[in-house]
Amino acid sequence: MPITFTLNGKPQTVDVSPQMPLLWVLRDSLGMTGTKFGCGMALCGCCTVHINGQPVRSCVTPISTVAAKNVTTIEGLSSDNSHPVQRAWIEVDVPQCGYCQSGQIMTAAGLLKKTAHPTDADIDEAMHGNICRCGTYQAIRQAVHLAAQYQAAATGNAKGDVA
Amino acid sequence: MSVTFSALNRRGFLKAGVATAGGLFIGFHLPEGGKLEAATTPAKLNAFIHIGSDDIVTFTIQKSEMGQGPLTSLSQLLAEELDCDWKQIRTVFAPVDPAYGPLQGTFGSMSIRTCWDPMRKAGASARDMLLEAAAQRWGVAKSQLRTENGQVINTASNARLSYGSLADAAGKLTAPAKVAVKDPKDFHLIGTSPKRLDTPLKVNGSAGFGIDARRPGMVYAVVARCPVFGGKVASFNDSKTKTVPGVQQVVRISSGIAIVADNTWSAMEGRRALQLQLDEGKNANLNSAGIRELFVNLAEKPGAVARNDGDVNAAFANGAKKLEAVYEAPYMSHAPMEPMNCTAEVRADGAEVWVSTQMQTGAMGITAKITGFSPDKIQIHTMFLGGGFGRRGAVEYVGEAVEVSKAIGKPVKLTWSREDDMQHDLYRPASYSKFSAALDHDGWPVAWNTRVVCPSFGGLRNGVDRTSVEGIVDLEYSIPNFHVDYHPPDVEIPVTYWRSVGYSQNTFFSESFLDELAVAAGKDPFEFRRHLLAKSPRLLGVLALAAEKSGWGKPLPAGHGRGIAVVNNIGSYNAQVAEVSVQNGKLRVHRVVCAVDCGHAINPAGIEQQIQSGIVYGLSASLKGAITIDHGRVVQGNFNHYDVLRIDEMPVVEVHIVPSQNAPGGIGEASTPTIIPAVANAIFAATGRRLRTLPIRPEDLA
Repeated sequence: MPITFTLNGKPQTVDVSPQMPLLWVLRDSLGMTGTKFGCGMALCGCCTVHINGQPVRSCVTPISTVAAKNVTTIEGLSSDNSHPVQRAWIEVDVPQCGYCQSGQIMTAAGLLKKTAHPTDADIDEAMHGNICRCGTYQAIRQAVHLAAQYQAAATGNAKGDVA
Repeated sequence: MSVTFSALNRRGFLKAGVATAGGLFIGFHLPEGGKLEAATTPAKLNAFIHIGSDDIVTFTIQKSEMGQGPLTSLSQLLAEELDCDWKQIRTVFAPVDPAYGPLQGTFGSMSIRTCWDPMRKAGASARDMLLEAAAQRWGVAKSQLRTENGQVINTASNARLSYGSLADAAGKLTAPAKVAVKDPKDFHLIGTSPKRLDTPLKVNGSAGFGIDARRPGMVYAVVARCPVFGGKVASFNDSKTKTVPGVQQVVRISSGIAIVADNTWSAMEGRRALQLQLDEGKNANLNSAGIRELFVNLAEKPGAVARNDGDVNAAFANGAKKLEAVYEAPYMSHAPMEPMNCTAEVRADGAEVWVSTQMQTGAMGITAKITGFSPDKIQIHTMFLGGGFGRRGAVEYVGEAVEVSKAIGKPVKLTWSREDDMQHDLYRPASYSKFSAALDHDGWPVAWNTRVVCPSFGGLRNGVDRTSVEGIVDLEYSIPNFHVDYHPPDVEIPVTYWRSVGYSQNTFFSESFLDELAVAAGKDPFEFRRHLLAKSPRLLGVLALAAEKSGWGKPLPAGHGRGIAVVNNIGSYNAQVAEVSVQNGKLRVHRVVCAVDCGHAINPAGIEQQIQSGIVYGLSASLKGAITIDHGRVVQGNFNHYDVLRIDEMPVVEVHIVPSQNAPGGIGEASTPTIIPAVANAIFAATGRRLRTLPIRPEDLA
């Protein structure tokens, strides 16, 4: 049965098993390899994408549950590395091997949508499910704070949380 | 100056990608609708440097990028001597070629150490050829020319020629037989921290990791293997597998049964439906308790002597105070975030492999062996590595993909699940070591004795695998009578290098035991080490710096403690002070101060990243998972049973680099050994509990 959803702002139809996880639809069926496979059990966060704006683990998300929803992947965050989180990641030079960073960035982008000025505790809470074996955690923390500043500057809301 | 994504534009990628046959360009993942554009062919000045008429400089990087930064740091070595425009740099990963050494691979924290001289010379040599080409064009003496930022300048007339306009002519010249490199005082790039060249690709999903390779007509595979070490699949029934939608073929390969499908998930589902009859072999009843018993029994008998200074027995007889302790460390999995995988395309006329590997020569060798093709018919494309940590020095997953592609006649991407990765790793070996020491009447150690029981990594010389005893056998403390012996237990669990290798457990043992001696002597652990390292200036330097920056000796809140440890490995020296607290049985590592002397610092920001990285890796080993064996197989399969450090457990890490003009040492593995005893010693300072077995568990602290 064809399943239709919106992928990075464009309509997308796939004809695959309804149980097939979104991760493998993205990576293997659609060739969008920015979203990574790390554990297959929602334990590491490498595969994080947004569904209707919420960060979810695509490795345990059957494609059937995505029908008619909006999916955003790392490729859809911006066309030119201009998303506040991407800018902050570049400024802080966060990635080392980089494999987990698609998931880290999508989780951080989800956090900043909800909490415009996260504390360290907010960051820990939102991101403790995203493993980085290279140990970029300190840089991630710094970059999330910087991304919050970039976002605030862009929205002209430097103090309160985004409504 | 930052390198932005727009500077690394698509046109530049494609030109370089087109021009370097065999090398795989880092930006290979084309943007949607991306098309190849007309490209000029850059002139080759040597194995590392191509320059196009458009002034784009392409560096060939022969070391694997697994996060440790060679893409950027090796480019700095080349660019420093070439005097090119940093903004005009592109990089490609090297094909397998003798030009890049007889053993092409990335291991032992050796990238900078082995490239420091040859890559600076390669840069200087190319610069000299550009100068010669300019001298010929202008008809002037080379001595009146200088270079700056990608241009040759005639100092007499102030005329300028860009490298791009000279590249063709320079490429036709013979490389100079001898070339001088810069005096370090003239460095403008080495010693600075330009932004990593790979960051823009790693924030938008476009960096091509091994697992991201794609080929026209490619199929996907997973392999069902016997979970017992040394066992095999005796027979299988694939009737249910073949009914799984998307499954195409089931083929036997040497490691097991490969399920080939339209996509990775279908292959995994097909594997789930596969029925296996196992021949579990002689390890079917092997378990962790039995392995430990073997180690304990071996430790009762003298082993092969690894070091023997003075007369330990006599010194013990005369010692005023004696101590004994047993330290243990478990098997560990590497668990890089990118599970093992490989894409292979075996055709009638040759083979291509796309892989994230630390061992290109090995990938070539196994492909040649399986296909029967000579190396000139094989291309190994090195991709970005989603972590390596030593695991990707092995290439058995390359062999699997090549076998499957050869069997089915199609390009195939073979992926390991996380469970495959964790249960068919080559592990950091477990170790069991007995320590004893004697102190004199003033509390200084006069005798030290260690018996190491640890599976060998491979090479025994006079019965000793030096890798298994490193971190003990090479201790620099002034202890006149010093004895180390060694047993390599015969256990059929595959082992290999794991970030910092023997030091990863032995430095925990030796720096913890040394701390025990300091406590027994009633001396401050920092002062105790300082006294015993009086003849080791570089260790002394980092020790003193770490103590100073951490505020060693200053008061701490109740329940907090500081621990110190020091190591010299991979040609570098580092000391760490960890500050921890234990409250209600809960351990928190608050702050780690690391002082490192790695010789001439090429990229200080990169060094800081690697120190942080190694500390996180070591903290995971200190506080988190362990690999255990039951019925000949690994018990743990995923991060729920083999957890690693998370962001909410991350301490503040401060890095202080000792200024140095010494030749560069390594950095990737420097900090992993030190953090483990620094934390254990801090726990002792905070609680009075001496923890001698890894990992440290909450119940140890309750």
